[in-house]
Amino acid sequence: MNGALPFIIAAALLALALGFLASRGKDMNLEQWTVGGRGFGAVFVFLLLAGEIYTTFTFLGGSGFAYGKGAPAYYILAYGTLAYVLSYFMLPPIWRYAKKNGLYSQSDFFASKYDSPTLGVIVAIVDIVALIPYLVLQFKGLGIIVDVAGYGSISPTVAIWIGAIIVAAYVMVSGVHGSAWTAVAKDGMILGIVIFLGIYLPYHYYGGLEPMFAAIEHAKPGFTVLAPHGESLWWFSSTVLLTALGFYMWPHSFGSIYTARSATVIRKNAIVLPLYQLILLFVFFVGFAATLQVPGLTGPHIDLALFKLSVKTFDPWFVGVIGATGVLTALVPGSMILMTAATLIANNLYRAANPAADDRQVSRIAKLLVPVVALVAVFFTLKGGQTIVALLLMGYSFVTQLFPSLVLSLANRNFATREGAAAGIIAGVATVAAVSLTGVNFHSLHWLPAPVQDFNIGIVALAVNFIVLVVVSVATRRVEAPAGAAAE
Amino acid sequence: MRSIRWLAVVPFLALIVGPFFVNRATPFVLGLPLLLAWIVVWIILTSLIMAVIYATDPANREDEP
Repeated sequence: MNGALPFIIAAALLALALGFLASRGKDMNLEQWTVGGRGFGAVFVFLLLAGEIYTTFTFLGGSGFAYGKGAPAYYILAYGTLAYVLSYFMLPPIWRYAKKNGLYSQSDFFASKYDSPTLGVIVAIVDIVALIPYLVLQFKGLGIIVDVAGYGSISPTVAIWIGAIIVAAYVMVSGVHGSAWTAVAKDGMILGIVIFLGIYLPYHYYGGLEPMFAAIEHAKPGFTVLAPHGESLWWFSSTVLLTALGFYMWPHSFGSIYTARSATVIRKNAIVLPLYQLILLFVFFVGFAATLQVPGLTGPHIDLALFKLSVKTFDPWFVGVIGATGVLTALVPGSMILMTAATLIANNLYRAANPAADDRQVSRIAKLLVPVVALVAVFFTLKGGQTIVALLLMGYSFVTQLFPSLVLSLANRNFATREGAAAGIIAGVATVAAVSLTGVNFHSLHWLPAPVQDFNIGIVALAVNFIVLVVVSVATRRVEAPAGAAAE
Repeated sequence: MRSIRWLAVVPFLALIVGPFFVNRATPFVLGLPLLLAWIVVWIILTSLIMAVIYATDPANREDEP
């Protein structure tokens, strides 16, 4: 036992207690469990959406990115902001349609809009393949945090098992209510901790922000600006655009829109979320502060920058408080991912195979699937090597492929047919998989002009997707024109 | 007043095209390298723009519970 451990254990117990209490006084049917009875006000919706900003990926990865690469990390700030601008216009129609038709998942939305259960199944599969590595990443982060912040007294394997059991237990009992209640604790702590670290560390080691950045620029010229080649301005702009489009295509983000009480709640959030996102800036400050103080971390180890610097700077009890915050950043997003994946399998795969199943059966199966999905994720966390990282990078590009057919479906007259949407998504996903697995990028095409070589390769998949969507839609529209007109 | 919605294009220009003109470390602004300061300032301005769009959007009066 050391000074840090009590705080980490307290955070885990707090999450468990809040997660269980959240279900009090509610009949946990499918509507309450997955979409909170569609009754969440601005604060809960805010916390669920903000939950996506502060995962272990941002806590460890955001500081690690700034530590290891410098300026390219800024893209995280920019794409989130643009995603919120889009959300103001894109999400209210989605919310309205979901409420009117009693939808539970992203897959439901596609199945209903395009009147095609098959498309729903395709979307559900894409979602699940993207979600599992995301959950694995949360568990991996949890293991690292408990290991480092607990000074090695709890092994990552034990931490991952305990974390998975806690999350699975409270998700089974409370569903999205559990996520929302634990998000209150998580965001409260992360706000305090990250702002403190982001201000204290630069002052403690360099005497302020400007001296810190000046020292970094002196030691590593060009570290705080984008490079002329590689992760250049062209890379930055194309990546910001691409990830902004994909942001709300994550099924758990998409699903959290359904919990809103009204469309106004969603629009209000588009004002506050960009500002709230600025807390990431303080995460970057920690990473930048670490660059010259704990040098030498490379490869995947750059994610340890925040904790290495904390261990160097603070007493064990305070490292424990930071670790406790880190544990919550893994558990809360983990709970949403877990619930979303279980809902997709029960509601969109099981129900597609058994159309006679009623909501009660689907709800029971979804809850039973929670520990199963958690087990699968634990297995991949402990056994999977680099493949998982590759899968995760694919995950974001996978869900981005849902963007074109989603946006087109919001128009009064949808240009895309169900065949076009399905073909576009499949073509896009196949392109992503081919590109990721072969490691092709524009840099291998030497005849391209230098700026184009730096473009994010994801643009290609989206373009392929869109072209296939248009071609197939035009081809199938002619055949189906009378039926399509009747359905308007 | 619906034309005010077009203000939403500005953050896209600022954060996707803008960096091409400010990709430098100096001068430091608010203690930050110029490029980072540009992004931070535009995040704050984006929030303001969304507040203006929200305030003038008739949809928010219809939806009010």
